[in-house]
Amino acid sequence: MKRIFTNGYLLLLLIMLYAPIIIIAIFSFTESPVLGNWTGFSTDLYANLFSGGVNNSLIDAIKNTFIIALTAATASTLLGTIAAIGINDLRYGKRRVMNFVNNIPILNPDIITGISLFLLFVSLGISQGYTTVILAHIAFCTPYVVLSVMPRLMQMNPNIYEAALDLGATPYQAIRRVILPEIRPGMISGFILAFTLSIDDFAVTIFTNGTDGLQTLSTYIYADARKGGLTPELRALSTIILVVVLLLLLIVNIRSRRQARRAEALSQSNNPRRR
Amino acid sequence: MSRLKHIFSRRRSLSIPYALFLALFVVMPLVLIMIYAFQGEDGSFSLSNFERFIEQREAANTFIYSIGIALITTLLCIAIGYPAAYILARKTTSTARVVVMLFILPMWINVLVRTLATVALFDFLRLPLGEGALIFGMVYNFLPFMIYPIYNVLQKMDHSLIEAAEDLGATPRQVFTKVVFPLSMPGVVSGVMMVFMPTISTFAIAELLTMNNIKLFGTTIQENINNGMWHYGAALSFIMLLIIGITQLLSDSKGSSTNDGGVL
Repeated sequence: MKRIFTNGYLLLLLIMLYAPIIIIAIFSFTESPVLGNWTGFSTDLYANLFSGGVNNSLIDAIKNTFIIALTAATASTLLGTIAAIGINDLRYGKRRVMNFVNNIPILNPDIITGISLFLLFVSLGISQGYTTVILAHIAFCTPYVVLSVMPRLMQMNPNIYEAALDLGATPYQAIRRVILPEIRPGMISGFILAFTLSIDDFAVTIFTNGTDGLQTLSTYIYADARKGGLTPELRALSTIILVVVLLLLLIVNIRSRRQARRAEALSQSNNPRRR
Repeated sequence: MSRLKHIFSRRRSLSIPYALFLALFVVMPLVLIMIYAFQGEDGSFSLSNFERFIEQREAANTFIYSIGIALITTLLCIAIGYPAAYILARKTTSTARVVVMLFILPMWINVLVRTLATVALFDFLRLPLGEGALIFGMVYNFLPFMIYPIYNVLQKMDHSLIEAAEDLGATPRQVFTKVVFPLSMPGVVSGVMMVFMPTISTFAIAELLTMNNIKLFGTTIQENINNGMWHYGAALSFIMLLIIGITQLLSDSKGSSTNDGGVL
């Protein structure tokens, strides 16, 4: 009885959370320019998306979003990983300062980050465009990479690195051969986090994209919505993104479950022999 | 030369590039906000921006109104999210993981698209857009950020503490109010941090959900910056930074680690 009640509660929440999204998905199969108006089943919106039947500015915005996200995520993964290795080796006081400053972009609302960077670029006289957006994205993504790599470093046995040095490895070799393999999972989740944050960002981008008309998906949708409507093809695009992400999550989940099961089976078959 | 080599070969030196990066792209911009905030239009030191904030009332009123909306949103998120996190924490890890993922999945759809879909939902149900829609939209957007940190803390909680309380004769109600809830405070605090400030500062969402009828503080700041009133906009941003600093200090003094489970 209690179980039905608690499960029902979760279900209700999920329905609330998904209701708007389901509406988008349903109405991606009708051509009507207004969301919420059903004008018969059609897959034209999807066809338009792939045949170039949409206006160029949307395609450009999609391209820009991905280029910016890939560049920013790659750069912040590199910068953040190197930084984390360094910070982990700092003495207490300096480490605290670095961690404190590293947390600022995470705690700051996007709009403050956006405005502060806008003022920076204006003061330095840098004209705003691709470069400034990417720099801004690196600035707010890297702290998350540092945070996801750091726990891995702290779990690591510090003696392994020292041992590598004693055995004649140069510091560079020791980092590449010993530390990097250990922290790779943290780097990967940091990269994914940075990539998603960048794709989803709106507030920082709109303050740093300048006046030359550089649009990402978010700013494009914003401009669109202010004009009074959403480009219908965006419904199809959102549905595709949702399905792709859902599939990815499923694959990751099934794989990690299978790995867990395999690890379990392995440990069971190994144990008797060891004894 | 060999000394230089020594410096570069130490691992801690690897933090130098990022330290410089942080100085330029995090510290410096915040200092600039402060400088702009305390500058008059002629560039000299002045408090005119803050005087204007108090005298003109418009921005100040929006600020107070936004804090009200943010409070309601935060309380609703706790009221709705806490039971959900609690239920999830009692499920087996694999089930809970799937459900938590389902809660986070909508985050992958662009915020603005989701907001527009919420507008469509309200139209579809023939509900008026306005304050109600605004609060619904905010709760809808930020609920996962409340559930996740609370779930994280509850899940890691030592179950023997609950058993101990039960053994010592506590009623289920007492177990919750005296043991579980106090222990889950760090999660609640980081959830509040992730809901309260973002609600005050969002701009586009409020515009879309209320047909531009209700302004939140974020919108006011954005309008000022867009209209070239950088100094006033910076002053408003500075006020917001102060609030963040204060809430941060308050949550720190409660002895909680806000980092714990704060990040997705």
